[in-house]
Amino acid sequence: MATIIAFVLVYVVIKSLNLTGILNAYYIQLIILAGINIVMTVSLGMVNGFTGQFSIGHAGFMAVGAYTSAMITTVWLHASTANPWVGYPVFIVAILAGGLLAGAAGYLVGAPSMRVKGDYLAIVTLSANELIRTVIRVTDVLGGPRGLGGIPKFTTLEVVFVFAIVSVVLMRNYLFSSHGRSMKAIRDSEIAAEATGINTTRQKVFVFVFSAFFAGVSGGVFAHLLQFIHPDNFSFMKSLEYLIYLYVGGSTSISGAIVGPAIFTLLPELMRGLQSWRMVIYPLILILTMIFRTEGIMGLKEFSFILIPQRQRKEVSA
Amino acid sequence: MGQFLQQLINGIQIGSIYALIALGYTIVYGIVRIINFAHADIFMVGAYMGFFLAPVMAKIFGGAFIPTIIAAMLITGLLGFVMEKLAYRPLRYKSRLSALITALGVSIFLENFCAMPFIFGPNFRKFPDLIVAKNIPIPGNLGLNISNVLLLDVGVSVILMVLLFWFVNKTLIGKQMRAVAFDKPTASLMGINIDIVISAAFIVGPALAGAGGILYGTTYGMLASPFLGIWPGLKAFIAAVLGGIGNIPGAVLGAYIMGISEAFATSVNSNLGYGIAFAILIGILLVRPSGLLGKFMPEKV
Repeated sequence: MATIIAFVLVYVVIKSLNLTGILNAYYIQLIILAGINIVMTVSLGMVNGFTGQFSIGHAGFMAVGAYTSAMITTVWLHASTANPWVGYPVFIVAILAGGLLAGAAGYLVGAPSMRVKGDYLAIVTLSANELIRTVIRVTDVLGGPRGLGGIPKFTTLEVVFVFAIVSVVLMRNYLFSSHGRSMKAIRDSEIAAEATGINTTRQKVFVFVFSAFFAGVSGGVFAHLLQFIHPDNFSFMKSLEYLIYLYVGGSTSISGAIVGPAIFTLLPELMRGLQSWRMVIYPLILILTMIFRTEGIMGLKEFSFILIPQRQRKEVSA
Repeated sequence: MGQFLQQLINGIQIGSIYALIALGYTIVYGIVRIINFAHADIFMVGAYMGFFLAPVMAKIFGGAFIPTIIAAMLITGLLGFVMEKLAYRPLRYKSRLSALITALGVSIFLENFCAMPFIFGPNFRKFPDLIVAKNIPIPGNLGLNISNVLLLDVGVSVILMVLLFWFVNKTLIGKQMRAVAFDKPTASLMGINIDIVISAAFIVGPALAGAGGILYGTTYGMLASPFLGIWPGLKAFIAAVLGGIGNIPGAVLGAYIMGISEAFATSVNSNLGYGIAFAILIGILLVRPSGLLGKFMPEKV
């Protein structure tokens, strides 16, 4: 309960700062992007941090979600966004459809590629990312290399707030369930996990699909923020960005996957004077983190609001 | 028929450049089991070295090509050595995942650092003509287009490959490298200095990429930006995986498969040419999870 009040307070503070003009539209855009990046990073963390697989093509699934949802809203609404009562349900259906299709793509990539391990899995996911991008580039309906524009704007601060909280809560609940524990078992020792009766392949594929679903939904939200998407938005470089967020934040903790993207999305503002040095400093931060704090900023720690409160156990009267 | 042969030749040409880059990936992977993502950017540095050194070399030696390629190889070799010392060595006994992430970090760092105006700058550069491009007349009426640049690309990469084979199979350090690749702890018990072997791998691999960079510049005649290494590097990396990463003949085989299939696909549609590499890779990894010539290693408890 305290957590909910805290989130509402954060929202009220941001909104009132926005209304009083202290935070202009640019800052709000940054906060929205941070929200999307947080969901992307937490979903990537489920595969990379908690299951110990190495997926480096997450932006591909984001692209599937972005294009699917953008096609649905642009075709359905004809950019007539005047009536929010029609618009928002369509938007929700569209981003969920995007997520489902991304999940399906995740299944297509994940089911066969979970046979290959470690580095090879990384390469298959990378290739899948670029393959998805190539398919978009050659498909004329999707705008091909011209990109897809005219997407109605649905992503507002409120939408992202709700979206980020709901997604992170869903993923958190999954990670703290018995599935989450089997994922950690697979990460720590796949053979031992198999010996204790976990169906490791099924578990890995399921996590991969689940994670691709959230990447797809974030892609949908992202598309309705920018209103124009291009295949190059979702290249391998985009996937690398999320990897940096995740590993600097701490891949084995949900809080880390929240802290990382939040810092890196808002950091450019803190170092505005270093604008052109930004992309030189980011990778240096990454390398130094890896050398001096391999487990990332958060390590294994979690913020208290992430943890599921321990329920009071009732005394069983004899 | 002429069209077919022409695409085959183009494929062999680009395949030769991929092969030089792929060899570096595979050597480093074989020794330290790190996918050195920064390799693509070493290739880029090699290409830029050509741009900066060629006028100097032409002044000193008269001819530019051979001194430039040797100087570029030395510089990229040194860069690889320094990179390993600073970024990878502190992580040697940590998890392989952190080494992989560091490699990504080094790659992004090199790209963006070199794009700073006082290093290479972000702008397009015209690559100096190290040799004058000429078409070689081919008898018969197939309409083939073969230039001396093509022969140079193939020739230089074949010479370097032969040198590499000699180095790995005949020299002491080469034999040590193979021993370390086979079994690191045992090799070190036999008195092999692992540090020297790893440094050697990080010199030889990047030096080959540097040579690849010079050939790339000579072939295309331009350097787009310090980000130019990304896609050739990625393709070469995929070629190394295709052949079975860690396996030297596999990298060469994979590179030529990649180059030839790309040439054919590009002649159909340029976007297809871009994507074909990834499709082939996924297809082959599903059938042979450790690449064409790679050994499948069963997991032991």
